[in-house]
Amino acid sequence: MLAVDLKKLTKRYGLVTAVNDLSLAIESGEIVAFLGPNGAGKTTTIDMLLGLARPDAGTVQVYGRSPADAIAHGEISAVMQSGGLLKDFTVAETVAYTASLHVAPRPVAEVLDRAGIAKIATRRVGQCSGGEQQRLRFALALLSSPRLLVLDEPTTGMDVETRRDFWRSIREDAAQGRTVMFATHYLDEADAYADRIVLIRQGSIVADGTAAEVKGLASGRQVRATLPGGETDVLRGLPGVTGVDAQGDSVTVHCTDSDLVARHLLTQTAARDLEVTSSNLEAAFVALTADDRPESGSAR
Amino acid sequence: MTAPVATRGTLPLGGFNLTALRLEVRRVLRNRRTLMFVLVFPSMFYLLFSGTARKSPGGAASLAYLMINMAVYGAMVGTTAGGTAVAVERSLGWSRQLRLTPLRPAAYVAMKILTAMTLGLIAVVAEFSVAALTGVRVGADVWLLAGLGAWLGSLVFAAFGLFMGFLLPSENVMQFVGPVLAIMAMFGGLFIPVEMLPAGMRAVVVWSPVYGVAQIARAPLVGGLTVAAVVSLALWTVVFGAGAMALFRRDTARV
Repeated sequence: MLAVDLKKLTKRYGLVTAVNDLSLAIESGEIVAFLGPNGAGKTTTIDMLLGLARPDAGTVQVYGRSPADAIAHGEISAVMQSGGLLKDFTVAETVAYTASLHVAPRPVAEVLDRAGIAKIATRRVGQCSGGEQQRLRFALALLSSPRLLVLDEPTTGMDVETRRDFWRSIREDAAQGRTVMFATHYLDEADAYADRIVLIRQGSIVADGTAAEVKGLASGRQVRATLPGGETDVLRGLPGVTGVDAQGDSVTVHCTDSDLVARHLLTQTAARDLEVTSSNLEAAFVALTADDRPESGSAR
Repeated sequence: MTAPVATRGTLPLGGFNLTALRLEVRRVLRNRRTLMFVLVFPSMFYLLFSGTARKSPGGAASLAYLMINMAVYGAMVGTTAGGTAVAVERSLGWSRQLRLTPLRPAAYVAMKILTAMTLGLIAVVAEFSVAALTGVRVGADVWLLAGLGAWLGSLVFAAFGLFMGFLLPSENVMQFVGPVLAIMAMFGGLFIPVEMLPAGMRAVVVWSPVYGVAQIARAPLVGGLTVAAVVSLALWTVVFGAGAMALFRRDTARV
């Protein structure tokens, strides 16, 4: 049975189509990163997955149930982007309160410990830092030992060490068969922790695969050089060149055949300080999600 | 650490439970501003007016009458504050968080009403205690029935608070509702007898929820309970309850 089965989802807000005919299937046990620029439709899709928003068209199933039914049975848990906490509860009270609303919750002490907030259990939520509140949200999500954990920008406000701890516990849980879907704008996080990356842009999926596959989609490599005079027209005409960025004397050529470009630059032009780099996820992200994305990149 | 469970049931009573209720009440009692309005102000008003009441022709009965009025005032502020708590929870995104748990919306509302009613009960008991300590002496039946009347009658304000809470998504909804309550109390006969109001105005205010609750709460002491008061109070409770329910459904429309 699929953990998540979104079929042809569409959601409109007035004239804006937030999610457009989006289909996504996630197998049990996968860790999937949901990446996209602001306004791409990530949160709207997650809202529909959680039953917080109603799709205008299409269907949502979580482990074969409707979202509401899956939540009632404790199959889904979610950590939302912001808010969602009462300032005048203590950390432990927040967890105890939420635990009382779940079927067979894990013990409060265990969850506090797991989220690394046992030491601040008696602190008022209003006095916790952003990172501590984020850990508390994580603790709440762990209470029901859900089969599907949905995290919307889970590490916003966490320091580097806290982020690392957080992801360590997520991975440990996933190893036991939990499915995790997270939205993030930290590309390195998607790269490091997801088995699969789904890139979304203007409400549609533009890339779906392992980090390596997604990087590969955003063609090849960049050759950067200092090129006095900055004559770029010839570079654009070379085979395999998908784009040229020129800034002053510095030029970056996006291409599939970096050897050819390098040879041209060094033999036919006055180029120096040559650097060849392979695409990182960030480049793929920019290439695949830019709003004015032409099929080949263009000079800025 | 437990592995994800394969199948599981749902919660009994839609998630309504005493642990959550206890934590809710504890949280409400932590709010200093609420306690000021619910416990301190009514007692303060009572002590302030008690001198005049003692010297009035009614004497001891006037003092008890004042006590019941102030208990109604405390209970109405307490239950309203308890109801409007949903506004704070909506504005902070807590309601949204709760919708990701198996808690059923109706169970949430039931817990909110009980929390509001607990606050109302505390207000009545506190006011009666201050009055008893400062010399009010009435029969046991009056203590009990007047207290029950002030408390249970305030259910209308729990409904009113919920209605306002679902209507106004603001953290500071009581800053708006507080003055409304003061005006309602003023013209509902808690601070000045409605008999002192102009006839035209009196004809209107006798149908107000405050007047209804006060009539019922004072009846064990002075009698004079009218069917109109009871009917109008019941109608107000139904109107606010239905209004709150309608707004609440709009708020929690699910897939």
